[in-house]
Amino acid sequence: MSEKELGQKWDHCLADSAIKFGTGLGLGIVFSVVFFKRRTWPIVFGTGLGLGMAYSNCQNDLRSHYVLHIIYVPQQLICCNVC
Amino acid sequence: MLRVCWKGAHAAARQCVCGKVKAHPLQHCRKYSTAGDSGSSAGKIVAASLLSVGGGLGGAILYAKWDPKFRANVEKSVPYSDQLFEMALGPPPPPLVLLQKKPGKIEPLQIFSLSEASKESKQPKDKAKKSDPAPVEAPAAVEEAPAPTAQTLEGEECKDHHEPELKERPAEEVTARLAQQDKAEQDALAALTAGLEESLGSTAKTTLQAIGAQEAALTAIAAHTNKLKEAMDSETPPDEKSSQWKALNEALSDRTRAMEEAEEALLKAKGELENLRGVINSAKQSKINTARPQILAAEENLHSMIVDLDKVVTKVQTAQTEAKIVSQYSELVNEAKAQFQQELANITPETQANWKGLSGKLSADDLTSLIAHAHRRIDQLNRELAEQRVREQIHIEVALEQQKLEDQKALERAVVSTLEHSREDMRLEQEKKAQEVREVMEAEMRTQLRRQAAAHTDHLRDVLKVQEQELREEAQEILNSKMMEQETHYRRLTQEQLDTFTLDMNAAYARLKGIEEAIDSHVIAEEEARKAHQLWLSVEALNYTLRSAGADFPTEPLEGAVGVIKENCAENEFAQALATAIPEESLSRGIYSEASLRARFYDIRRLARRVALIDETRNSLYQYFLSYLQSVLLFEREQVAPPAKLAPEDLDTFKLLAYANYSIERGDLELAAKFVNQLRGESQRVAQDWLKEARLTLETKQVISLLSAYANAVGLGTTQAP
Repeated sequence: MSEKELGQKWDHCLADSAIKFGTGLGLGIVFSVVFFKRRTWPIVFGTGLGLGMAYSNCQNDLRSHYVLHIIYVPQQLICCNVC
Repeated sequence: MLRVCWKGAHAAARQCVCGKVKAHPLQHCRKYSTAGDSGSSAGKIVAASLLSVGGGLGGAILYAKWDPKFRANVEKSVPYSDQLFEMALGPPPPPLVLLQKKPGKIEPLQIFSLSEASKESKQPKDKAKKSDPAPVEAPAAVEEAPAPTAQTLEGEECKDHHEPELKERPAEEVTARLAQQDKAEQDALAALTAGLEESLGSTAKTTLQAIGAQEAALTAIAAHTNKLKEAMDSETPPDEKSSQWKALNEALSDRTRAMEEAEEALLKAKGELENLRGVINSAKQSKINTARPQILAAEENLHSMIVDLDKVVTKVQTAQTEAKIVSQYSELVNEAKAQFQQELANITPETQANWKGLSGKLSADDLTSLIAHAHRRIDQLNRELAEQRVREQIHIEVALEQQKLEDQKALERAVVSTLEHSREDMRLEQEKKAQEVREVMEAEMRTQLRRQAAAHTDHLRDVLKVQEQELREEAQEILNSKMMEQETHYRRLTQEQLDTFTLDMNAAYARLKGIEEAIDSHVIAEEEARKAHQLWLSVEALNYTLRSAGADFPTEPLEGAVGVIKENCAENEFAQALATAIPEESLSRGIYSEASLRARFYDIRRLARRVALIDETRNSLYQYFLSYLQSVLLFEREQVAPPAKLAPEDLDTFKLLAYANYSIERGDLELAAKFVNQLRGESQRVAQDWLKEARLTLETKQVISLLSAYANAVGLGTTQAP
């Protein structure tokens, strides 16, 4: 159903953002522990990275219908198809 | 009277002015006038209105009095005005002033009514008068009319009667008449001859009888005279005298009787002779020539009879004269005797009548007286005798002259009779001669007529031959024509029969054909009906399958039912087309019910509202947030009735959704789908599937409704009314 599509997209979006957030957080923690002597800025950085990626993904996902997708077809194929 | 009226009118006007109009409204007026002094303008207004009304009424009544036509008009137009006018006439218990008016009114009105009544009575009288002379004139005219017609009819009849008399009699009639005439002649002749013979015979008989009677009379007369002569001779003895006298009386009586008989016979004979003469005359008048000889013979006989009769009559007459002389003589003698006797009787009254027997009985006186008387008588007689002798000559001369006269008369009579006889003889001879000549001429005439008749018969024969020929031809022609007619008639009849027969056969054949066709068409119709019923049943089955949709799941695939329909209406193109027009999805997957679509719509609506701002230009997450915020903060009516025409500002998402909601709440899925179709952007994308489903459902439902309508129509068409 087309109406479920949006809901699915939002589900996907939320799930993705949760994953990304968690992953970002985790990696930030890891990096802050491992490399950056338990400073908070890699955690925040990682979380931000994660959220940002999630937001961007979500937006792209939601936008995907309106964006023109270019398909690159090699010229040889076209000529063969035409001939 | 008029002045009284006018005075009354003026009084009334004055009263009207004062405010009192009539008997009944008067009291009202009074009340009003007395009570209205406290008055404001209302009272004045009331008074003025009443015044005007009263004035109008009074004026109307007055004018009605003066002009009866106006009164009649008013009575016609205004319902109770007649009662009002009656009231105006009849005096109600009025006040003193009004009495002057009322009697004045009565009289002119009465006069008017009388004049009206008289006018009315005059009119019917005139009408009656007019009608009376009209019917009087009409029967007179009617009577006159038939009279001249009758007269004209009579005149015509007369003319008609005259005309046929002038026509010529045809030849056949003439011959018939001639034959009739001949026959009549013969009959008459026979009758005549018979009559003549009869009369002749009877007259002969009577004349003979008469002659015989006359002769008998003659003899009787002779005998009587002889007897008388003998009786006169007084020489016979007295005994014989009495017998003589008796015989004489007998002879006298005989004579008288014979005379009477002779007279009678003579009269009869004369009568018969007259009859015979009359018969002969009538026979002569009948003009039958063949009877002439008989007539002549009859005439001769008559003549001879007359002659004989006359002779005998003369004889009788002479004998009568002789007898008269003798009777005179005897009378004289008797007279003398009687006288003598009378004298004797006078002289000798005692003696008896029969003086002959008295000779011995008479006395001497008687005798002397008797003798004296006898002497005296003798003297007288002698004197008379002497006188007689003296006068003898004169007497003789007188007698001679008498005799001469008588002789002359007898002579004349004889001459006349002989002349007549001779004349008769001459006439008879002449007639005989004429008869002979006539016979001769008749014979000649007959021969000529015979010749003519012969010629006529020849001519007739020829003419008859010709006529026969002509008639025969005519008859033949007529026969031929009749035969032809009959033949044609017969032929026509047979032809008619044939025609009627072929007509009947054709009619029967046509009927048979018609019946067959009707049966075939019945069969076809029933077939059609069956098919229609099947179609209808299959469509109903399809409709039933539609009901199998649940809340969230679609119906069964409609493939089966549609396949059945397709089978049932294999040759029906329209149904086939419709059946194929059902969309594939509905066939394979089934369709959603309207209720499920309705339920789904609410989700759609919510979602569409949330993404109302999102389209290809705005589709970032922030826009999503804004759109969501808008949907939460925007308050509007959930259902709005859609207008008839959509204006551009109606193409807003929220409005569209409201219209669609309204429509779908009212069950109009189509309209809702139309509105949803107008969504743009993300809302459109969200509602895509729903729209598709809605379209599918609508399509299928449309096709099915068409099919069912078609099935119904076909079913109606094939179903025959009871």
